[in-house]
Amino acid sequence: MILVFIEHKDGVLNKTSLEAIAAAQNIAGDTGDSVAAMIPAGSDIGLAQEIAGYDIEKVIVAKNDKLGTYTPDGYTDAFAEIIRKENPNYVVMAHTYQVRDFCPKLAARFGKEMVGDCIRYSNEGGQLVFTRRIFLGKLDADVTIKGEGPYFVTFQSGAFRADNAAAGSAAVETVDVEVGDPRMVPEEPFQEAKASVDLTKSEVIVAIGRGIKSEENIKVAEELAEALGADIAASRPICDSEWLPIDRQIGSSGQTVAPKLYIALGISGAIQHIVGMKNSGTIVAINKDSEAPIFDLADYGIVGDLFEAVPTMIEEIQKG
Amino acid sequence: MKIIVLMKQVANKDAVLRIRGDERWIDDSDVSQQTNESDGYALEEALRTKEAKGEGEVIVCTLGKPSAKTVIKDALARGADRAIHILVEDENALSPYQISKAIADNIREENADLVFTGLQSDDASHGQTGVILAELLDIPHATIVIEVDRESINGSVRVKRELESGWYQWFEYKTPSLLTIQSGISQIRYASLKGIMAAKKKEVRDVEVSVEDFESGQVVQKVYMPLKTKQTQILGDGDAKAGAVELIAKLKDEARVL
Repeated sequence: MILVFIEHKDGVLNKTSLEAIAAAQNIAGDTGDSVAAMIPAGSDIGLAQEIAGYDIEKVIVAKNDKLGTYTPDGYTDAFAEIIRKENPNYVVMAHTYQVRDFCPKLAARFGKEMVGDCIRYSNEGGQLVFTRRIFLGKLDADVTIKGEGPYFVTFQSGAFRADNAAAGSAAVETVDVEVGDPRMVPEEPFQEAKASVDLTKSEVIVAIGRGIKSEENIKVAEELAEALGADIAASRPICDSEWLPIDRQIGSSGQTVAPKLYIALGISGAIQHIVGMKNSGTIVAINKDSEAPIFDLADYGIVGDLFEAVPTMIEEIQKG
Repeated sequence: MKIIVLMKQVANKDAVLRIRGDERWIDDSDVSQQTNESDGYALEEALRTKEAKGEGEVIVCTLGKPSAKTVIKDALARGADRAIHILVEDENALSPYQISKAIADNIREENADLVFTGLQSDDASHGQTGVILAELLDIPHATIVIEVDRESINGSVRVKRELESGWYQWFEYKTPSLLTIQSGISQIRYASLKGIMAAKKKEVRDVEVSVEDFESGQVVQKVYMPLKTKQTQILGDGDAKAGAVELIAKLKDEARVL
């Protein structure tokens, strides 16, 4: 069995869990395992029915009052009980902040470790080889796992596509799990910046870099974003200059995104930016410098002045 | 109050990396080294916590080659009180569980009130040494900590964690506990000349360990430059407007994203 973790907050799905389902279905195709989903919950949860609409064997709701709010202790106890019961071959998760918080602990409880933040895997003669990005994105490493399962594997956001998760019909099974008293007490989560933007859910992003030259010029990019129904984002220098707020920043110190379409205007493509957007579906780069590294990553490039290209793009889009 | 800070030596951020002959890691023989970025912030939190309490001891612990002594010297010069150096031949040949186990075995008897680590290393980027260590020491942990409420420390500690997408959350932890610290959360102090002189007299305990084989470890088979999977189409041939017309057509008909 491949056991997939379904992450949610108060019953609202974290969509990267669908990518994890897609990953698990892929791995199951290679190993011949079945797939089951695991949802920790404080009470009965409607989300279970939604997950039951995927092509998996069953949805396990691990229920205990203490699982209403995430704690690493509570989730680890609940998950460990389900793993002992189901004895999965692989445990697959999306590499979210929450998963980073508890997955290594869970693995350690089984005398294992996590193979974390994988960007892909391949099947080489029956041996699964996982690829991780190391040295801040400068290198990739192919990794195999020794010993017996369960193997704990997490995938980077965008490594698999949520819409590739195959639909089907699964049974829902509720298990009352034992959870010890957590050694930590959570308070209510809160947002610091008002109107904080979650670019990780954006389908289309127009991102600007130094090439935009001045704060006034940002409206050029905003008009394009409006025409595309896109969100506006930026590389670090733009946010450091406070031309756009920090919650618009893409990259190692900002958000990591994987939209269907990413348009980089006047962005050279420093590694710190690339790590935040490299998994985007289609990447467009418009830059005066033909040597800019962003062109290595782009599907389509225009070498030229963005202030000439963008208005024409808007006209073409509006032609319908 | 006893605080242990885990710090790692890693390749310099801007170093040009060359792949080793066996293709299993980088050739680090002539790569300049530095303290892992988030570990520097972990040390700063530890020092500030000790200062706020007005008493205590900050112990820096590193696992690595003899060259990692520079990380220790720097930490002692900034104000750490003593150090434990777990000497291994090649830490990059070890997997996260082995590293955590070796550290656990060598710090358990210190019975620290708090253990601080950086969020993750900038080389192997596993981000799990601290979390596994907490499980092995049987103490609670918090990752991606961006603020420690130092006033609150008294058998427990309140910490602010970064969640995704601009969300944050405070947690109260019983101590002893382990906190992994996010980069950039404070201004890191420089070592003063006085600090550098004082560091020479501070205790550095070398522990030579032979790390047991780990039957469930992950093994790096090959390290390589990220594959360029994309064939970039350059549109417009230098004419930005013509390129723009072509681009929108391609996004509609070829990539089908519009």
